[in-house]
Amino acid sequence: MTDLAQQGSRDMTMAHPKSRYQSAEFSARLRARYAAEQRFRVYGIAAVSIAAIMLVVLLASIVSKGYTAFWQNEIRLTVTLDAAELDPQGTRDPKVLAQGNYMKLIRDALAARFPEVTSRTDKRQLGEILSNGAPFVLQKMVMADPALIGKSVPVWFLASDDVDQLEKGYIDRKLPEAQRRVNDLQIKALDGLRQDGSLRAGFNTTLFTAGDSREPEQAGIWGAIVGSFLTLVVTMGLSVPIGIAAAVYMEEFAPKNRWTDLIEVNINNLAAVPSIIYGLLGLAVFLNFFGMPRSAPVVGGVVLALMTLPVIIIASRVALKAVPPSIREAALGVGASPLQAVMHHVLPLAMPGILTGTIIGMARALGETAPLLMIGMIAFIVDIPNSFTSSATVLPVQIFMWSDSPERAFTERTSAAIMVLLGFLIVMNGLAVYLRKKFERRW
Amino acid sequence: MQLSVLLVVLALLSVTGYYLGRSTAVRAVDGRVVRLHSVPSYHGMYVALWAGLPALLLFVLWGASENWLVMQMALAGLPPELTNVNEQALNLLKADILNLAHGVTTGRDSHAAVHAAAARYVELHSLSRWMLLAIGAALAVAGLLLARGRINADHRARNKVERALNLFLVGCSLVAILTTIGIVLSLLFEAMRFFAVYPPLDFLFGLHWSPQTAMRADQVGSSGSFGAIPLFAGTLLITMISMAVAVPVGLMSAIFMSEYASPKVRTALKPILEVLAGIPTVVYGFFAALTMAPFIRGLGQSIGLDVASESALGAGVVMGVMIIPFVSSLSDDVINAVPQSLRDGSYGLGATKSETIRQVVLPAALPGIVAAIMLAVSRAIGETMIVVMAAGLSANLTANPLEAVTTVTTQIATLLVGDQEFDSPKTLSAFGLGLVLFLVTLSLNMIALKVVQKYREKYD
Repeated sequence: MTDLAQQGSRDMTMAHPKSRYQSAEFSARLRARYAAEQRFRVYGIAAVSIAAIMLVVLLASIVSKGYTAFWQNEIRLTVTLDAAELDPQGTRDPKVLAQGNYMKLIRDALAARFPEVTSRTDKRQLGEILSNGAPFVLQKMVMADPALIGKSVPVWFLASDDVDQLEKGYIDRKLPEAQRRVNDLQIKALDGLRQDGSLRAGFNTTLFTAGDSREPEQAGIWGAIVGSFLTLVVTMGLSVPIGIAAAVYMEEFAPKNRWTDLIEVNINNLAAVPSIIYGLLGLAVFLNFFGMPRSAPVVGGVVLALMTLPVIIIASRVALKAVPPSIREAALGVGASPLQAVMHHVLPLAMPGILTGTIIGMARALGETAPLLMIGMIAFIVDIPNSFTSSATVLPVQIFMWSDSPERAFTERTSAAIMVLLGFLIVMNGLAVYLRKKFERRW
Repeated sequence: MQLSVLLVVLALLSVTGYYLGRSTAVRAVDGRVVRLHSVPSYHGMYVALWAGLPALLLFVLWGASENWLVMQMALAGLPPELTNVNEQALNLLKADILNLAHGVTTGRDSHAAVHAAAARYVELHSLSRWMLLAIGAALAVAGLLLARGRINADHRARNKVERALNLFLVGCSLVAILTTIGIVLSLLFEAMRFFAVYPPLDFLFGLHWSPQTAMRADQVGSSGSFGAIPLFAGTLLITMISMAVAVPVGLMSAIFMSEYASPKVRTALKPILEVLAGIPTVVYGFFAALTMAPFIRGLGQSIGLDVASESALGAGVVMGVMIIPFVSSLSDDVINAVPQSLRDGSYGLGATKSETIRQVVLPAALPGIVAAIMLAVSRAIGETMIVVMAAGLSANLTANPLEAVTTVTTQIATLLVGDQEFDSPKTLSAFGLGLVLFLVTLSLNMIALKVVQKYREKYD
């Protein structure tokens, strides 16, 4: 209210002391209305806060569960690479070396380190503090450098997942022995190892270099990352050219008739079809009808391409629509054909917008799981995929598979894999935002 | 091997064709390019297209029919007593030949003739590849020379190239239609096979879902029961819970962001919702299974309620969180589409901001908001990973959100994951469910999109 209005109302109050705007009912009503206004505002803030809190809780729960997966405990043992066990004839033939009894060497090393452990059961339990991939580590080492044979060398082995979880504090030492996955003997041995510096926590390179494994300490996401990459290459190779071409046709050349209306309605509907339906399509058409290989990135890529196609078409059309008609008219005016006007002038100007839409579509494809389950990309695959037709899995499916595993150590790795996936998505979306900011143009 | 060689040869021939066509065109007018109908690069492209396209088409057709043709020829060489059998045995025979041809042992003693057929298969296959390479290369060269011969000053190369490009554009826009046709046909075809063995009415209105079929025909309860009502009920329950979370929160966020928040606050808050929208569903599923479900279970136990560890509530709430940004961004659009004059009119009559929103803006935006909610419902119904990971597998017919229920998408996923045979009703029932899911979400989307479109036009 202006001062003048206030002045006026005061005058009126003096003249008519019982104005209806001053009555008790009115001010009560006004108070109630203002209170309602305040409440409504608070509801709005509360709604936004709920969304924010859920986001924070979600991220915090994943980070708090998963940050420990980035390091891993290792145990050092001094192993005597006995020539009699590995290479009795001294030929240094790789075939002979590959078949050496490395398990026995490790058992001997453990026995030498813990002479106080004598009974068979205790020895076996002691052996369980090491990952069961330990013999292969030794084998690889010897194969790479046969000169080591006959020497005693200190070797860092991965600890087993239970030991790892104990060291990270996920297994309670104070629990009764029967309820603990690590028994007293093993804890005593670990304490001994820690005292002389033979137990350390190092950066978990396995997680980023290995394929899948049934043993949590040997499992990694590299295979899934490569699988995701191969799948996305196929997706991009198909959906980007087809999507842009379809958008160009519909926005620039298509006559307005029932046929093009049908295509338009159809694309809008496809964008909202549940992703699992695309999985059924892939299963029935690509696997059963065309007989394409199961679990292959090429099939996954095609399915995801069909899924992201509507997203890219819609984004490209918006970008094309934003280019003002004067550009086209100018091009046509100097003698360009309609196709030249679009290809040489409109499309390059719309490219930043198209690119942004494409990256967002790719980010969605990267996070997609359900359709890939249908076409068998959920298989347990240890090897790193090396071609578009080899069996592979992708990062989200790997997360899904690990989240199903009963071992405690897989929970940690699942969360770590989620963090990696979210990292990729943040980079992609950040790139999209950056491009949008950088190339945004107002006409 | 021959295939990649062919592709490389085609690429090389196309590139050569481009340069040849260009230089031929320039030479045809003695370097005075203005006398050409089209600029030289179009002539180049014209020749390149003729060199590449026909051979590529052959390549695709050959690839599609090759395996079938070679198999027929291999089978023709077999004695009739082996091939005159029913379809299943014939398929087995074909699989044997394929396995032998790829050097995989079948684990069965095969007839000597089958081994011979496998050898013949390998031989024919390699012959067919070499033939493809030869014919493809010849076709490319012929196309190149023919097209080059046609080049002269008046040759309308640009129009021809543009026609080809235009066809390509039309073809690309048809991919969307083909996808829909593919979805509908594959769902219909497989669902028909399911309904041939299981009556559709029992499927749609049956109250008992237990898809486990017995291994042997004489086993007890060998038929399996496919009454989908418990799945529909479970889907509805979880959808309702998620809407109870997503609609109020999403709508109020949209109202706050578009009506109350200053531009600064808006730019600060918008990323929160965008991040929520960008998180993959498998992450939400993990969160629902490992954080939300134990939390709800603990909460229930502390007030003396018995909560299933895979309760509908946990999955529903997390799904609601996932859908918040969806509801809010769609509602934001429709609220922003309400013209300012309506608000100004309301303020002019003395209404407060919240009264204006509740009594003017929301009623005006109502159709759009309803459509947004319908789209959100359709998304909740079709969401898979959260329910696969956090909702149960037991088909309970219950309205209690604290119990475990299962949903349509969960069942589709569990029925089809892993190896499956395509003649058991158990596998095929997933396509029946898929058909229902597709039809329901499609009709929701269609109606919602129509409403949104109609509503947008109203104020334009």
